[in-house]
Amino acid sequence: MDNNQNDLPHLGLLAEYETPEALMAAAEKVRDGGYKRWDTHTPFPVHGIDEAMGIKNTILPWIVLGAGAAGTVTALVLQYWTNAVAYPFLISGKPLFSWVPAFPVTFELTVLFAGVTTLFAMLGLNRLPRLHNPLFNVKRFARATQDRFFLAIDSQDPLFNDSSAKALLAGTGASAVEEVPDDNSATTPPMWMLQAFVAFAFLTFIPIGIIVGSWKSTSDKPAWHFVWDMDFQESYRTGEQVPLFENGMAMRAPVEGTIATGELFASSSYFRGVLDDETLDKAQADRSASEYVEFAPIAATRPTLERGQERFAIYCAPCHGDSGYGDGIVAERATSLIATGGANGWVPPTNVTTPVIASQPDGQLFDSITNGIRNMPGYGKQISVDDRWAIVLYLRALQRGANATIDDVPQSERGGL
Amino acid sequence: MSSQYDLQIQNEIEDPTIRPKLIMGDSTTYASLDDDVVGIVEGFVEKTPMAWYLMIATSLSILTMLGGIVAYLIVTGVGIWGNQSPVFWGWPIVNFVFWVGIAHAGTLISAILFLLKQDWRTSINRFAEAMTIFAVCCAGLFPGIHVGRMWVVYWLFPIPNQMEMWPNFRSPLLWDVFAVSTYATISLLFWYMGLIPDLATIRDRATTKLRQGIYAIFSMGWTGSSRHWHRYEKAYLILAGLATPLVLSVHTVVSFDFAVSQLPGWHTTIFPPYFVAGAIFSGFAMVNTLIIPIRSIFKLQHVVTLRHLEVMNKVILATGSMVGYAYAMEFFIAWYSGNPYERFVFENRAFGNYWWAYWTMVSCNVIFPQLFWFKGIRRSVPAMLVVCIFVNVGMWFERFVITVTSLSRDFLPGSWNYFKPTAFDYLTFLGSFGLFFTLFLLFVRFLPMIAISEVKGILYKQNSGH
Ligand code: HEC
Repeated sequence: MDNNQNDLPHLGLLAEYETPEALMAAAEKVRDGGYKRWDTHTPFPVHGIDEAMGIKNTILPWIVLGAGAAGTVTALVLQYWTNAVAYPFLISGKPLFSWVPAFPVTFELTVLFAGVTTLFAMLGLNRLPRLHNPLFNVKRFARATQDRFFLAIDSQDPLFNDSSAKALLAGTGASAVEEVPDDNSATTPPMWMLQAFVAFAFLTFIPIGIIVGSWKSTSDKPAWHFVWDMDFQESYRTGEQVPLFENGMAMRAPVEGTIATGELFASSSYFRGVLDDETLDKAQADRSASEYVEFAPIAATRPTLERGQERFAIYCAPCHGDSGYGDGIVAERATSLIATGGANGWVPPTNVTTPVIASQPDGQLFDSITNGIRNMPGYGKQISVDDRWAIVLYLRALQRGANATIDDVPQSERGGL
Repeated sequence: MSSQYDLQIQNEIEDPTIRPKLIMGDSTTYASLDDDVVGIVEGFVEKTPMAWYLMIATSLSILTMLGGIVAYLIVTGVGIWGNQSPVFWGWPIVNFVFWVGIAHAGTLISAILFLLKQDWRTSINRFAEAMTIFAVCCAGLFPGIHVGRMWVVYWLFPIPNQMEMWPNFRSPLLWDVFAVSTYATISLLFWYMGLIPDLATIRDRATTKLRQGIYAIFSMGWTGSSRHWHRYEKAYLILAGLATPLVLSVHTVVSFDFAVSQLPGWHTTIFPPYFVAGAIFSGFAMVNTLIIPIRSIFKLQHVVTLRHLEVMNKVILATGSMVGYAYAMEFFIAWYSGNPYERFVFENRAFGNYWWAYWTMVSCNVIFPQLFWFKGIRRSVPAMLVVCIFVNVGMWFERFVITVTSLSRDFLPGSWNYFKPTAFDYLTFLGSFGLFFTLFLLFVRFLPMIAISEVKGILYKQNSGH
């Protein structure tokens, strides 16, 4: 049988049937005849033909499964690598990668990969696209996509024998049995098609190459400007000269009497601790004690003193100690460092309960807190004006306490000492 | 041949024990079906009716106008639209959501109804899928031109670039890029795959070399081989399985654009299901709006029967009621949450500046579809056409209400403003219809609008009594 394969003037036999049922019955016979290289052609999928022909289940689902898994992995790696490694996106201190927001893109890419693969794998397994098929040389075969049902046996089938195959088909109730002529056309596409394809593929690489090339290289040429009115906006910079205004300045001067935020020092005794009639711009160094206000401009009530105590504990006690003796933890640490040869040039915080300090006017203490004094930094920026005065009043309480005698203790409390 | 179908045959039987015929006319055969469907393509190519030329001329000129607007937009900037502080998401986003919503019907019909073995889908799935793809094209246009600097629109995609920057994968807007482009790709593949056997039919019926050649290329040498059909059907099933969650995911992700933000009226968990229901609702309404004139112009009433339209109307009624439920639930939750901002937003929607938009939306989407409870209306072609057009209008207004009312009344009363569209807003929206109808008319002229091979399968089932 092997010998007669190529001697045949045709490529196989084609039988035509009127109905799917007739085709199905014929298919069962051909299947039972042991043929391997044969097929049926129908305008719509005929159900049951798979069993009738003995078609095995396709591996397509497994290919799709693999592609879907590849999509999942690609999506996760893409999101992890771009947002956590290559270009870390720190958003409100959240972790650089987390599963939940990665879900939508992962799902979409899984479906995309799987879906695209489904179509192309189906075509690939079916050996499509195939633009030439000898069956098309049989005129009646055009009805395979319309309203007739066909069965074709390939003469390349190892069992194929011209006469027995014809006899088999004739006995299946076929409305016609025909030979599929060999038109001797090439089974590979013509050379010019291949050449054109290669040339086209080559040409598509040129723009990609240019893009990659310019991306990877540097250039000293000026950048291209696509949108001129966005890149070069008609606006003036501070300090530039403009003919628009009389004084020729782009900057507009603030309205007379404008005060910057936080700089309204309407009362110098309240905001600065110095007497109101003193000139405001007088340097601190030449200020004599007589220029400071003697008494704090706020009332020494219990809530004020408690506020002062709390603020003192926060801002002053670390250096000056809870009682103001200059023994805060910072000072203690410095003392212990000095013992081991460290903390050079340390100036200990002043004991603020001594008569020297106690004799200073309230305004001077306020000034020391606000602007700092010698080695002590100023706290005017951190502590509000009222709080600074409250601290001053609390300092007075500390001084009074440190220098108290038994006469200061109320009669009723003395028993407790 | 086609016009011989018997109008007396009733296929809208309500008796559940009788399976009504999906394709009417005892004389409908495989060949007559080819004549009816492919005949449109063939007849058109030989002698295209004047009306088609008129329609394509109109939509092409609208499309040209759209091109002009887009060009003007590129050189000028998004300022040509009414988008102004605080409503920066004006009509472009409204139109985007509107078109994406419409795009949901096709894949729903072809994938979900396929998995549910709803045979009636075969008469309309090709048509609905084509509509889906064209609607996605229109949808994709809007965010693309809304970004302002269109020449950097590639930043949306994770493409290596000279700045060594990557997109933020935790942004719903980026999810949107992935969801919509995946949806467009898969819908296109699904549609094309369905077309392959039918293109082969056109090829095999072709009387001119040119037509044979062109359709031969696109049908890829399909011969209807059973071994091919086997893999083809498996692939179709897989694609349907993949497309089903995909359809649901797309509008879910679109709703995330709103729901993941903090704005009152947007930041709600009801958005994903509510958006999906609304999308199916609007998509089905659009399918009906288009197919009603088409089936009578091309004499396909025996393939797309009144029964098909009635089933579609039932889906519209069901999804319309879901949408109505969502509107009510939004109000309830706004009240129940006790959140004053949320309450304000909803009061403002119904009774504020945009009350007219809100009540247009409610009447078109909730009240009119309820008419479909009446059999007479559900089966009257003119009545359903009117209701479906109302639904299309209402669904556009729904997106307008959601986008604009919330944005125009944001947290800072100082920046509140009333959104005013410009002439360019109207023209861009109109232009998107030009794009849609141009593609649609080309489809009707050059491709089979009924899935012939699938309908043949139904015909076989029906005639052999399976
Ligand atoms: C960082 C440690 C530190 C803190 C905190 C600190 N001080 Fe001082 N303070 C010093 C030091 C050091 C000196 C001595 C400065 C010098 O003599 O060079 C000093 C000096 C003083 C003096 C004496 C000023 C004078 O006229 O000699 C007063 C009063 C004073 N501090 C009050 C305060 C008050 C009230 C606070 C809380 C607002 C405070 N300090 C916070 C370190 C601190």
